[in-house]
Amino acid sequence: MEIKKIASAGTLESSDILIKIEKSENEDFSIYLDSPVKKQFGKQIKKVIKEAAEEVGINFAKVTAIDKGALDCVIRARALSAFYRACDSQKFKWEKKNG
Amino acid sequence: MKSKDKNNIPKFGNLSNSHPLFTNEKIFKDTKSCIEREEYESKVLYDIKDAIIKSKLTDGMTISFHHHFRDGDYVLNLVMDVIANMGFKNLTLASSSLMSTHSSLIQHVKNGVITRIETSGLRGELAKAVSKGLLDIPVVFRSHGGRAYAIKNGDIKIDVAFLGAPSCDSFGNANGYSRDHDNGIICGSLGYAKTDAQYANCVIILTDNLVPFPNLPAGIYQSNVDYVVKVDSIGNPNGIMSGATRFTKNPKELLIAETTAEIIEASGVLKDGFSLQMGSGGASLASARFLKEKMIKKGIKANFALGGITKAIVNLHEEGLIKKILDVQSFDLEAAKSLKNNRFHQQVSAYYYASPNNPGSAVNQLDLVILSALEVDVNFNVNVLTGSDGMIRGAIGGHQDTSAGASLSIIVCPLTRGRIASIVDKVNTIVTPGKTVDIVITDQGVAVNPNRIDLIEKLKKSSINITSIESLRDKALTLVGKGQDIEYSDKVVGIVTYRDGSVIDLIYQVKESVDDEL
Amino acid sequence: MGNRLRRTMMFVPGNNPGMVKDAYIYKCDSIMFDLEDSVALSEKDAARYLVYNALRAIDYGEKELVVRINDVRSDCGKMDIRAMVASKIDVIRLAKTETVDDVLICEKEIEKAEAEFNIQKGSTKMMAAIESALGVLNAKDIAFASERLVAIALGAEDYVTDMKTKRYKDAQELFFARSMILHAARAAKIDALDTVFSNLHDEEGFINEVKFIKKLGFDGKSIINPRQIEPVINIYEPTQDEIDDAIDVIDAIKEANEKNSGVINLNGKMVDRPIVLRAQRIIDLAKASRLI
Repeated sequence: MEIKKIASAGTLESSDILIKIEKSENEDFSIYLDSPVKKQFGKQIKKVIKEAAEEVGINFAKVTAIDKGALDCVIRARALSAFYRACDSQKFKWEKKNG
Repeated sequence: MKSKDKNNIPKFGNLSNSHPLFTNEKIFKDTKSCIEREEYESKVLYDIKDAIIKSKLTDGMTISFHHHFRDGDYVLNLVMDVIANMGFKNLTLASSSLMSTHSSLIQHVKNGVITRIETSGLRGELAKAVSKGLLDIPVVFRSHGGRAYAIKNGDIKIDVAFLGAPSCDSFGNANGYSRDHDNGIICGSLGYAKTDAQYANCVIILTDNLVPFPNLPAGIYQSNVDYVVKVDSIGNPNGIMSGATRFTKNPKELLIAETTAEIIEASGVLKDGFSLQMGSGGASLASARFLKEKMIKKGIKANFALGGITKAIVNLHEEGLIKKILDVQSFDLEAAKSLKNNRFHQQVSAYYYASPNNPGSAVNQLDLVILSALEVDVNFNVNVLTGSDGMIRGAIGGHQDTSAGASLSIIVCPLTRGRIASIVDKVNTIVTPGKTVDIVITDQGVAVNPNRIDLIEKLKKSSINITSIESLRDKALTLVGKGQDIEYSDKVVGIVTYRDGSVIDLIYQVKESVDDEL
Repeated sequence: MGNRLRRTMMFVPGNNPGMVKDAYIYKCDSIMFDLEDSVALSEKDAARYLVYNALRAIDYGEKELVVRINDVRSDCGKMDIRAMVASKIDVIRLAKTETVDDVLICEKEIEKAEAEFNIQKGSTKMMAAIESALGVLNAKDIAFASERLVAIALGAEDYVTDMKTKRYKDAQELFFARSMILHAARAAKIDALDTVFSNLHDEEGFINEVKFIKKLGFDGKSIINPRQIEPVINIYEPTQDEIDDAIDVIDAIKEANEKNSGVINLNGKMVDRPIVLRAQRIIDLAKASRLI
């Protein structure tokens, strides 16, 4: 998929994360993260966002994330929504749940 | 009349050896009125600088303040500015605690005015700065009981105590409220200040409300006071008292509160004449409401409530469910007013409250204490001082004292706060040792210290699900995920003492991390 | 009637991460994640992803998991069904059900999704919410329209608007709708669920309403805040006398079965099937309230 516009998903409410996606200016994948648990989970939060990007086939993007203590599943959901919105696509992929 | 020959009285000997003869010349009659006396002989000064000079403060001495004005305090900053301007250096600041509003201390430390700090806690910018290595000498953290004990036995020698008071007469009788020309500044109990007033070398009261003699009953008595300084303003009423602490609507806190009341009932502690202390957190206060229902149902009255007092406790007292209140700190307006107007609501000094060397200390008479925590680990050790990011952000308060003194000590906290686990493998800083912690109640399970076989037996008979502290840790971990370890340097920025002065843990400087982009 | 208790169904707005991730903590019988009216049009996609991911990451325990989807004829609603079936949701709740067709179209979409994701056909259940005059009049047909239906519910807010009236304290304006929905549910042997009580400050009003609908025969109530759970459970809790009687009935049946006798007699009264079913229900409620 290709980023066509600036888009974001999520809010600044407690336990949520606001993720904004823009086209990368430098052909790279950058994440600016603001989080109350940045020291403990900064790496993990960025990892989840990067994995979501890879899942939808995006290699270059400029990501701004403002976290309010979101769990991984919330970060993943917001990231996927944001990427799809940025690519102006509704081709969501669903998989059967394990277990 | 018999002769007044005092030179030889049988069996007593020469009278004038032990008692000089009376003469009219030596006596003095004072015809001044009380109001004239107050102006002429009073300890009142109108200039802080003047008071400091008279106190004979020199470099290297120890000064103290109380924290009853919380984030509405003006006194510490006011006095420190004067001290700094006068050029003093290398002072030790031994406040009962320090709040966010005291961040101006950062500059005073950088300028060498203050080189050592002793306190119950640190907050705000000052706390962050200390965590990042502001001071060369580590901060010494003490519990309220521990500080009182240290002051009494001389480990802390306060040279000059600067104590703010909402009202004071010209002889030094000071109170945490005003009966004359009340200007709205009220803090209630002066419990922490009492100990300083008793043992400091020089005691200076700062007030914005000089009232007529006698300002009795008093929180601090004139016999302990050297000077009274009249200032324009001692604090911001909104920062001192934020109205009444409110009953929470947060469903997690309500769940914890309800479980807490059930556990208390099942533990057998709820008997007529029991005693209790409650923290000021949401879950803690809410348990008062659920406990009340059970007390009314069973016709049980508590003999006394202790500690930091709130409207919830005052209400229970006024409804006849708690007989007496022992107040070391009034948390809200209702508590402060009750202390002012009700003689069964008494203020107690920090020493009386929680000193460790005294079997009569009030905390030892507690049947029950409900406390909160930042973190609890699988050995039931509690951290109330540092966050999961390693930064100092709280205070020991009476945590260590009440946990040790109470027959049943209960910690209430949500399993997670945002993405931070409250139940962990090892706490960042051990403040209260697990040996003194009996039960941990979260919104997702209750754990009992394996030491308390008696409690485990009693709770088995109730319908409450008891789980292991390890499973609570695992649950929290599954939710938030495993975080990265915090990086510390070798520099010690804080020494955490237990009530008796022994060192229970050290706080290290948090390393500054470089932001890395993926 | 089924064995599942549905005394409390907690409504959770699907786009609210705080509430979605905490819902498992509370002692409700079911959780209903809403993708419909509580989610803004522009956020439907985000809400869907949030619930989808939460269902994978969080253990909601024994609770029945329900999701309220958007209009089943819209792309949005169809996407909701696919995502939720893939997530093995227990029940799909249809809002504003008016006709048998509404139910059948939904059922078809669910079937397609079950086939697509290799999920056992029929394992995804349905719930129909009746929120209009037409829906109420069609309640019986709707209740019988699909084997997958486990409950029908009343949605009072939209219903009173459709009826050109409003909500009143004595709830007279809901009486017919409640009665129709109850009868439809009982005829089709499925559960009947009552509407939300939105005034969280009126504890007394809430309790009165729950007592009333329990009397009528409703199986449970939709709730919007964990604080509403306990009052409902307390009201549905059987008394000790009811429990004792129920145990007597079940014991009598057991004894009769062992002795292979035909008619069962207890204290001079005949114990026939309805009595046994009621007794079993009381035992279920008592067990759920941890009284036995």
